[in-house]
Amino acid sequence: MQEYLDTRGRIFDIQKYSIHDGPGIRTIVFLKGCAFRCRWCCNPESQSFKIEHMMFGGKDKVVGKDVTVREVIEDVLKDMPYYVRSGGGMTLSGGESLLQPEFATALLRAAHEYGINTAIETTGFAPFETIEKYLENLDYVLMDIKHMNEEKHKEFCGQSNKLVLENAKKIKDWGANLTIRVPVIPGFNNTKEEISDIAVFAKSLGVKHLHLLPYHRMGEDKYAGLGRDYMLKGIKPMTNEYMQGLYEAAYKIFGDGCQIGG
Amino acid sequence: MAEFQTPDILMSPRIKKLIDNLFEKMPEIESDRAVLLTESYMQTEGQPIVRRRALAFKHILENIPITIRDNELIVGSATKAPRGCQVFPEYSYEWLEAELDTISTRIADPFYISEENKQILRKIYPYWKGKTTSELASSYMAPETLKAIEHNIFTPGNYFYNGIGHFTVNYGKILKIGYKGLIEEAQAELNSCNVYDPDYPKKSEFLNAVIISANAAITYARRYAQLALEMGKKEKDTKRREELFIIAQNCAKVPENPAETFMEACQTFWFIQMLLQVESSGHSISPGRFDQYMYPYYKADIEKGTITREFAQELIDCIWVKLNDLNKARDAASAEGFAGYSLFQNLCAGGQTKEGRDATNELSYMCIQASMHTQLPAPSFSVRIWNGTPNEFMLRCAELTRTGVGLPAYYNDEVIIPALMSRGIKLEEAREYNIIGCVEPQVPAKTDGWHDAAFFNMCRPLELVFSNGYDKGELISIQTGKIEDMKTFDEFFEAYKKQMKYNIQLLVNADNAIDYAHRERCPLPFQSSMIEDCIKRGKTIQEGGAVYNFTGPQGFGIANMTDALIAVKKLVFEEKLLTLSEYKKALDENFGHGMTAKEATKATQKVVADLVSKGKNVSEAQIEDIFKMFIDGIATEEEKAKYNKLLDKIHSLPKYGNDIPEIDYFARDVGNIYTKELEKYRNPRGGIFQAGLYPVSANVPLGEQTGATPDGRLANTPVADGVGPCSGSDVCGPTSAANSVAKLDHEIASNGTLYNQKFHPSALSGLTGLSDFAAYIRAFFDQKGMHMQFNVVSRETLLDAQKHPENYKNLVVRVAGYSALFTTLSKSLQDDIINRTEQAFNR
Repeated sequence: MQEYLDTRGRIFDIQKYSIHDGPGIRTIVFLKGCAFRCRWCCNPESQSFKIEHMMFGGKDKVVGKDVTVREVIEDVLKDMPYYVRSGGGMTLSGGESLLQPEFATALLRAAHEYGINTAIETTGFAPFETIEKYLENLDYVLMDIKHMNEEKHKEFCGQSNKLVLENAKKIKDWGANLTIRVPVIPGFNNTKEEISDIAVFAKSLGVKHLHLLPYHRMGEDKYAGLGRDYMLKGIKPMTNEYMQGLYEAAYKIFGDGCQIGG
Repeated sequence: MAEFQTPDILMSPRIKKLIDNLFEKMPEIESDRAVLLTESYMQTEGQPIVRRRALAFKHILENIPITIRDNELIVGSATKAPRGCQVFPEYSYEWLEAELDTISTRIADPFYISEENKQILRKIYPYWKGKTTSELASSYMAPETLKAIEHNIFTPGNYFYNGIGHFTVNYGKILKIGYKGLIEEAQAELNSCNVYDPDYPKKSEFLNAVIISANAAITYARRYAQLALEMGKKEKDTKRREELFIIAQNCAKVPENPAETFMEACQTFWFIQMLLQVESSGHSISPGRFDQYMYPYYKADIEKGTITREFAQELIDCIWVKLNDLNKARDAASAEGFAGYSLFQNLCAGGQTKEGRDATNELSYMCIQASMHTQLPAPSFSVRIWNGTPNEFMLRCAELTRTGVGLPAYYNDEVIIPALMSRGIKLEEAREYNIIGCVEPQVPAKTDGWHDAAFFNMCRPLELVFSNGYDKGELISIQTGKIEDMKTFDEFFEAYKKQMKYNIQLLVNADNAIDYAHRERCPLPFQSSMIEDCIKRGKTIQEGGAVYNFTGPQGFGIANMTDALIAVKKLVFEEKLLTLSEYKKALDENFGHGMTAKEATKATQKVVADLVSKGKNVSEAQIEDIFKMFIDGIATEEEKAKYNKLLDKIHSLPKYGNDIPEIDYFARDVGNIYTKELEKYRNPRGGIFQAGLYPVSANVPLGEQTGATPDGRLANTPVADGVGPCSGSDVCGPTSAANSVAKLDHEIASNGTLYNQKFHPSALSGLTGLSDFAAYIRAFFDQKGMHMQFNVVSRETLLDAQKHPENYKNLVVRVAGYSALFTTLSKSLQDDIINRTEQAFNR
């Protein structure tokens, strides 16, 4: 009966008290491995599925751990009082949780069986048949649309956006509670035109929420810790005024439900 | 929810002017009270002490200079200078005498004092030799108790240097019947007594003292009426003239007579609050449930249409400012423990009625608004939260928290009410509790709780286990055996419990000695007249006149002791990585580390002074070398490497504050070593001891007197704050830390527990942020957390404030059970606040 709780998967962190990744106070489970290689990625240690070493605060840190659904859910359950009071729950993030379907779907199922609401932060980059299995036990889908231009998407993320855009529509049509999120990256998609294009697409999907997430540099040190180059070196975060301009451009198209930040 | 349901009320321009006036200058010490008190005492030698106290109070109130400050609507100032303080030689004077020339330049809470006042004080001090509570208290203490105090196992110092304070009087009753009514009540009680009753001599003396004191309060108010009238006649500005005439009318009527309007009620409240602090120097004289006892007057005026919400708010704001006008000078050491000029006047809003329904009313919201407006440390504003607290109220509180003022502190009715009931308090009374001082719950107007009766450093008994009762070469405690002979963790743990028990007994002795000293030297008839059941019993509260009596000394260091004992258990007895003797050596050698900068400075000064006294010349470079030696320590590189490895190992062990049940339940046991032992003892007023678990800000200065501990804490560094985890050891975020704290037994710590959290402002942005924050508090309370308070300010801001204090004069931070101006705190306390783990959650 409870065998699904023994399903194993690979995570690299569990973060409590997250309040910007779905409603209420949430616990985020970060799964390891991603098909994208977004240049701005603030969790570069999440990208490879392999367990790796990273220098962190001058110390060697092992990134990645194999765990069972049971272990994770027991930890997630510790914050139940906060979910109850805030309408929060568990969010799967990564990496890309779509790459570990057996583990991730078991985790979502477990959360629902314990009465915890669920959310996913995803690139949407997987066959829809896979995604569909997740949706049964998902209350909120937070999906990135990074760029409407396929070439630029390929250049900055390492993959085409074709599947992503198709899946966004399918997820919405399936009836999921979908929010579109846009990481706004200087030099990649931070012009009014590019943001407007995404807003047009989001509007056409009929989703209620469009979140513009301003670029931040918090991941920069991790690249050095992994012995990798940070390709966005020297790029400065945008000013609040600049972001406000982009927001206004998006709002003109999308209307209410558009916001800065998650 | 899209927006707040309750309206915002704008701040009157008057309030800013009042605040600016208040903070213009450094606080000042005045000598008038001390002089008048001494005059009166000289005239009443040999008379019963309670009569002498009342006559002195009368003499002071008839003659002390009075002043009405610019723009005030509510008047009554204990000193001519704003934020000034009077002196109380009947409690102690030696420290001030010794510090007269340094008090204006000390780091924590400096006070200006004029040369003239210094001379006046020096002249009267000889009279007080041998007559103070502090001298009597010390002479009552057992020799071993004095030794334990000398070796900093615990510190009750504040309460024989000063009055005890820590009470809430019956404000509602005085509002209703006035001091005239109170005098009638005392007179009626006196009339009902027979001269042949066994207690008649004492009781009649007390009741007469009550009558003298209440009349003195009336006289004092009338002096203000007269002053306001005179000032009004001279005033050119017509608006201000009108105000002064209204003030004159108010002071002629109250507090003698019942208050009939909200403004009169405010004036009555203020006279009570201020006069209590002229009678004695106790701190934490707490207004309590202001929103409850003031509400009928507000409601009546609003219904009659005789007051606007805006004016009512302005009056409340005026009171908030006035609460910051009162001040107190403490000795330099105590000032570090209670840093920030705080008087801990705790004022409470929300909670339940005695019927168990929600008590939140319009005034509750206006109290929040007043703290929003004034952004000052006083009052220590507390809110009572229960399962039925309206969400709107929570959100408004969170909004106040977001301003970074460190207010309000949140209290959980669902834990505190049962905690009080477990101490024999009736349900209906328990529902009416309010908070005293930092975090201490009590039934208002019925309790003498002597909360905060001492600091007990739970780390020191563990040092005594390692040293077998010795400290600095002297045997100061029981001998629990050589550590070399301890074969199991249980033996070691047992020794710790024995050291705790023995020293707790000495603590009880110290507090009871102080208790007697106050009873015999400083009974307080004015205070007692407003606390049940003193009039009926014919006793001051110092003699046990209150319905409920407690003594509540607080233990601190739970987090350090939990992590320390776990480290010993795992490393010595489970992994056998080192022996207890090797651990002792590591502690003695401070894990190969040198001293803290402060300790090293002291040690260097000593060495240099030594050399100079021997006639040697010491160059700057040599001084630097000596200092460097103390900072670096004397361990060899090899030893250092070994100790660093040990420290790494200790730091890798599971720690309290990360929601690990095994550790957290052990922390609960550690807390209970203190709380459960303490409740076995009784005080001279017929009550019991009850424990609190919090250090106020004493974790910093008392940490400086504590050697290295097995949890890896280095010598002379701060002990963990409140019941929170050790600084930086809670690495799993605010919910995990709160879950750990919630697993302690808060109900048994009925004298209060204190949990500080620091949040970055971004955590509370927007209404969603406020909602999540409110939910966070509710969920902590669902799990039986007792208290929670927050610093919402970024680390960068605090660091900048350290560098440029001139730009941050008004920066208020939450210190412990109270808020204080950041720039007035000592550097080490500032560092401690900066280092409390900042609970941010953006990756």
